[in-house]
Amino acid sequence: MNVVFYLLAAITLAGGLAAVLLKHLVHCALATTVAFAGLALLFLQLDAQFAGFAQILVYIGAVAILIVFTILLTRGSELPKGGVFSRTWFVGLVIAAGVFAVLAWAVLESVRGIPQQTAVPAVTVHDIGNALVGRYVLPLEIVGLLLTAATIGAVIVAMHEKERRQ
Amino acid sequence: MATSPFFTDLDQIFIILRDWLVGFLPASWRPAACVVLEVIIIICVFPGLFALTTVFERKGLGRMQNRLGPNRVGPYGLFQPIADGIKALIKEDIVPFSANAVVHFLAPLSLVVAVFMEFAVLPMGRNMVLVDLDAGLLFFFSMSVSTELSVFMAGWSSRNKYSLLGAMRAVAQMISYEVVLLLSSVSVVMIAGSLSLSTIVAAQSSYSGIFPHWYIFTPWGLAGFVMYAIAATAETNRSPFDLPEGESELVAGYHTEYSGFKFALFFLGEYLAMFSISGLGTTLFLGGWSAPLSFLTFIPSWIWFFSKVMLSIFVFIWMRGTLPRLRQDQLMNFAWKFCLPYTLLNLIVTAFWHFMGEGWMRWVVCTAILAAIYVFMGRVEMRSEHFGPRRYRYAE
Repeated sequence: MNVVFYLLAAITLAGGLAAVLLKHLVHCALATTVAFAGLALLFLQLDAQFAGFAQILVYIGAVAILIVFTILLTRGSELPKGGVFSRTWFVGLVIAAGVFAVLAWAVLESVRGIPQQTAVPAVTVHDIGNALVGRYVLPLEIVGLLLTAATIGAVIVAMHEKERRQ
Repeated sequence: MATSPFFTDLDQIFIILRDWLVGFLPASWRPAACVVLEVIIIICVFPGLFALTTVFERKGLGRMQNRLGPNRVGPYGLFQPIADGIKALIKEDIVPFSANAVVHFLAPLSLVVAVFMEFAVLPMGRNMVLVDLDAGLLFFFSMSVSTELSVFMAGWSSRNKYSLLGAMRAVAQMISYEVVLLLSSVSVVMIAGSLSLSTIVAAQSSYSGIFPHWYIFTPWGLAGFVMYAIAATAETNRSPFDLPEGESELVAGYHTEYSGFKFALFFLGEYLAMFSISGLGTTLFLGGWSAPLSFLTFIPSWIWFFSKVMLSIFVFIWMRGTLPRLRQDQLMNFAWKFCLPYTLLNLIVTAFWHFMGEGWMRWVVCTAILAAIYVFMGRVEMRSEHFGPRRYRYAE
């Protein structure tokens, strides 16, 4: 816990808050990117190079682009007259608080479950690669299968209109 | 091969100079001073190279198009970049009235910063790398994808239909070819067994006879390099993939509404991206800073690195002077229907190469598989493709 951590946490939280509070959708998307970048830097601060760079690669490189594309292609970039805030925001707040509580509980419990390590383990990318194709190969395959199914589903959804026309 | 101390010193001249300069400081400041000095050198060298490249490119294109090119400022127009730089500095900075001022301002800055970061992990000579990260390749790609968002920010914030169309084209193109770029580099990682760029160069810097062990001289390496070069051209929005900036269609694409120094920053960012992606290609496939023949190792390693980068830049310029621009649907079809499957199959071939062990068998098998895939996908399958005017599905 040092100054860098608090700075990064402040950036991440500011990005997250801005994403919720800003009025313009594209600004919100860009603020989300700031939060993603802050998270990546937090990973890097913990010496988790692979997780940090993968976070930038996937979230800033792909997810953020996907979000802005979605906003632009659905004409959501024009500001609606009634404002962008939902009237049922308190329901969202309750759900968010619930999810946060569950995650916080899980994280705090896991600290007790893992034996306390005195030294910071030195994990190289090489070790992560070996673990992914060794011990964790089944979860990896399941994720791969799930993503393949999602891709095929997306293609079928996109193909549908063409078939109906013919 | 043993080399004389003079050449060893020449090879390490920048390291020796740096240590000499840093030696004036107290010992506790030295590591930080080293980093600052190296960053300053990177920030000076590559924009300098950019200035040279602009005049080189304009002269070269002029030669290819049978005209003179710039010839008014200084001898043979060599001082043209200085004049251009001064012009960009004193030009009025125009921000459109309806533009989104903050995003409009941040876009060129974030682009140039991300591109500069890429140089941090490139080994530019023996012991000449700013930070030797364990996940260097991953760092490089994570920085290069961050530029996509800057391009989008520039196009969207300008509130101009040409800018927005250019940005959408640029982002769609960069995302599609990013996949190919990444996957073609993965085959190198599979063989070298490391994501660290220094290790990848070290793995290529041995010789059998006089010939080097560069990855381009293997079947999978050649295929990977060709795919990498195509994807790199598309990533940097260079001709024949310069649709995002197609002058005849989109004025200048995403930087239409930028003027003065912000425009110069985009221009700089584009060329720096060319340098960095050529540098990465050199590192991955062309042996980085190692010499092309074993008896040439006495020439300093940094000369080899920069020669290879400048050669790649020349090929970029050559292609720009030679090839016509693609159409949007051809561009996408090429990326997803040819480049991506070919790179994926190249990964399998790389695995064959790795597991077949030494010997001539793996050369025959890998070459045969890659050639067969190329003939099948690029020649036979393409015959059934519909060429001609584009057919629109939604906009008829």
